Amino acid sequence: MRDTVILRVVVKVLLPAILMFALYVQFHGEYGPGGGFQAGVAAAAAVILYGMVFGIAEARKVVPRSIVNTMIPLGVLIFAGTGVVSILLGENYLDYTPLGSKPAKGQHLGILVVEFGVFVTVASTMLAIFYVFGGRADEADEKAKNEEGGE
Amino acid sequence: MLAAHLPALQVVIPLMAAPLCAIFRRGYLGWLIAVAANWFAFAAAILLVFRVLEEGTISYAMGGWVPPIGIEYRVDIINVFVLLVVTGVGSVIIPFARAGTAARFNNTDQAWFYTMYLLALTGLLGVTITGDAFNIFVFLEISSLASYVMIAMGRDRRALTAAYQYLIMGTIGATFIVLGVGMLWAMTGTLNLADLAERIPEVSDTRPVLVALAFLTVGISLKLALFPLHLWLPNAYAYAPAVASAFLAGTATKVAIYLFVRIFYTVFGGSGFFSTTPLPEMFLVLSVVAMFAASVVAVFQDDVKRMFAYSSVAQIGFITLGISFVTEAGLTAAMVHLFNHAIMKAGIFLMLGAIMFRLASVQIDDLAGIGRKMPITMAGIVILGLGLLGVPGTSGFISKWWLVLAALENGHWWLVALIVLASLVTMLYVGRVVEVAYFREPSAKVAVMREAPASMLIPAYVLVLATIYFGLETNWSVGLAEQAAAKLMSAVY
Amino acid sequence: MNEFLADLNYWVTIFLLVGGLYIITAHGNMVKKLVGLAIFQSSVYLLFISPGKILGGTAPIIAPGFDVYSNPLPHVLILTAIVVGVATIALGLAIVVRIHEAYGTIEDDEVHDLEAD
Repeated sequence: MRDTVILRVVVKVLLPAILMFALYVQFHGEYGPGGGFQAGVAAAAAVILYGMVFGIAEARKVVPRSIVNTMIPLGVLIFAGTGVVSILLGENYLDYTPLGSKPAKGQHLGILVVEFGVFVTVASTMLAIFYVFGGRADEADEKAKNEEGGE
Repeated sequence: MLAAHLPALQVVIPLMAAPLCAIFRRGYLGWLIAVAANWFAFAAAILLVFRVLEEGTISYAMGGWVPPIGIEYRVDIINVFVLLVVTGVGSVIIPFARAGTAARFNNTDQAWFYTMYLLALTGLLGVTITGDAFNIFVFLEISSLASYVMIAMGRDRRALTAAYQYLIMGTIGATFIVLGVGMLWAMTGTLNLADLAERIPEVSDTRPVLVALAFLTVGISLKLALFPLHLWLPNAYAYAPAVASAFLAGTATKVAIYLFVRIFYTVFGGSGFFSTTPLPEMFLVLSVVAMFAASVVAVFQDDVKRMFAYSSVAQIGFITLGISFVTEAGLTAAMVHLFNHAIMKAGIFLMLGAIMFRLASVQIDDLAGIGRKMPITMAGIVILGLGLLGVPGTSGFISKWWLVLAALENGHWWLVALIVLASLVTMLYVGRVVEVAYFREPSAKVAVMREAPASMLIPAYVLVLATIYFGLETNWSVGLAEQAAAKLMSAVY
Repeated sequence: MNEFLADLNYWVTIFLLVGGLYIITAHGNMVKKLVGLAIFQSSVYLLFISPGKILGGTAPIIAPGFDVYSNPLPHVLILTAIVVGVATIALGLAIVVRIHEAYGTIEDDEVHDLEAD
């Protein structure tokens, strides 16, 4: 499959469109259908598609595993941290009202930050699942090869 | 300023700590974060107890959205009691974790273990504190997913199949719960528990509500390992790492029991389902069968951890027996035993963890003569075992005493005999461990062993002392349980 | 027949529910069991989404000219439930991979036999 020129070219053309669509869904999320979850999956799908055509090793060069592993908790921290900020500003947990000068602005900003946190976690989790499941066979093969060589 | 936000902080502290552990990925730091977060959560629970005793029920509107539209965190005397048990048991267990995990896992895995522990804690606290039916499902799954991972991290390969089996059963249980919630929502248009309690009586004779009750019954019974839905529990507890076994035995089933009384008494209590359906009788029979069947199976187990896992199923039978009476005395007995059993079983699993740490086995034949080489650990197991039996002077006696009182109040003389008989079966399996540990010659492996490290013994002994303390001084445990029982019964007509 | 069609969503829900449970119990292959679990869970999604649809209702965004809106609550709930479902299946598959590495098989009965030894 890796030698199919058509696939490689099509994927390279598609990738920017997929990523753009992910960003559109992301920033459209507070006033229309969309949001961090859908956007995160779309963004991860772009990298996964790239990895499927060019190999997981190539995908890992674009988004290394160490970054993915840090992004998963980071997103949760952004989400949960937004709530703590509202507590520090004197309102209930996850009440975004005090984040802006007007309640509507605060709600707007709050949901954007929260959706960003969701985006980070969802995208990286999807990638982590792909890397772990997809990379497992390669790692096992390598291990077997090393063991054979050692004997 | 923060006092007003205690209900949110109760859940948010461990929730924030969990990703921190995962970001730093250092074992020691992760442990420090976990201990700090757990102790803060415990402090929050204690403060909440005092506030609830002073002001009564606290309602906290998540995100400022007023209930019943928004998600409400509702703290009353019932769940604050459970919050206290969960955070308290957790804060004693987690210092124990350091030596065992550091010896077995690399830095990254240790950090993930603490992340999972904190997420499980978050989920359990969330289930307990929330006043929203769907929120219960979400938190339940957070804690369950984290516990599947913790179980799968056990040292035996059977831990993997145990985790898989628990995952399947647990997910079926959770899905049943959410099916029940969905039907209630379709019939009443609300997810808020207090609001549901008000609206269900209007539609209580419709079939979807009855079906919802059935789904919730089976789902929650799966989660709390009520006989015969307990099949996931023995392997899960037996092969999980010691900290996970102790934590799950002490808290996860207890929270499921809390959920059980919350749904049946607070939500459905006003709709007369206790008299129109055979639910109480059903639970009475199942509880009695659990008390005997699981105890008898425990006697024949060769893996001591598995033995005490079966013992958990039996003890859960004692708790649900109290619930099935539908009287204030019965509920008091159930709540007291929930409290006492959490402490005793967590203590026993910690002691077994200490033995596992030194001996790398808890097979009963390998334990021959261990009483001479690890006298402090074994003494702890004996005291906690006596507690399970219900010997006067231990907290186990208090719970059995209340249970007997409740049975007498209902006029069930034969039940008193059964309770005493079931306690005698407990003596058989505790006695089997004692016999092997004290009256046999140490094997070659045991002969060279040393006592467990102090970092393990101190937390375990805190639980032993608590067992004795709550056996003599019952103002706190029984006092809070009585108030919780009165509150629960006040919703039943 | 019309009555049947009116309740079609609920018939499908029941079918998925029972079918999923059947697969979980009837199959010994651990991956197939997880597939059953996924089907079983999807019955819940349908159960929640069905009553949320209001005939003639539009997306619940206040705009001039529209006054009938679908109920947004079930969509939010089910989005959460789907996330939970995805996490469960991913974790389940990860455990199955580890089981395969540890036992060399993912058949229920074979694993059971190996454990008995």
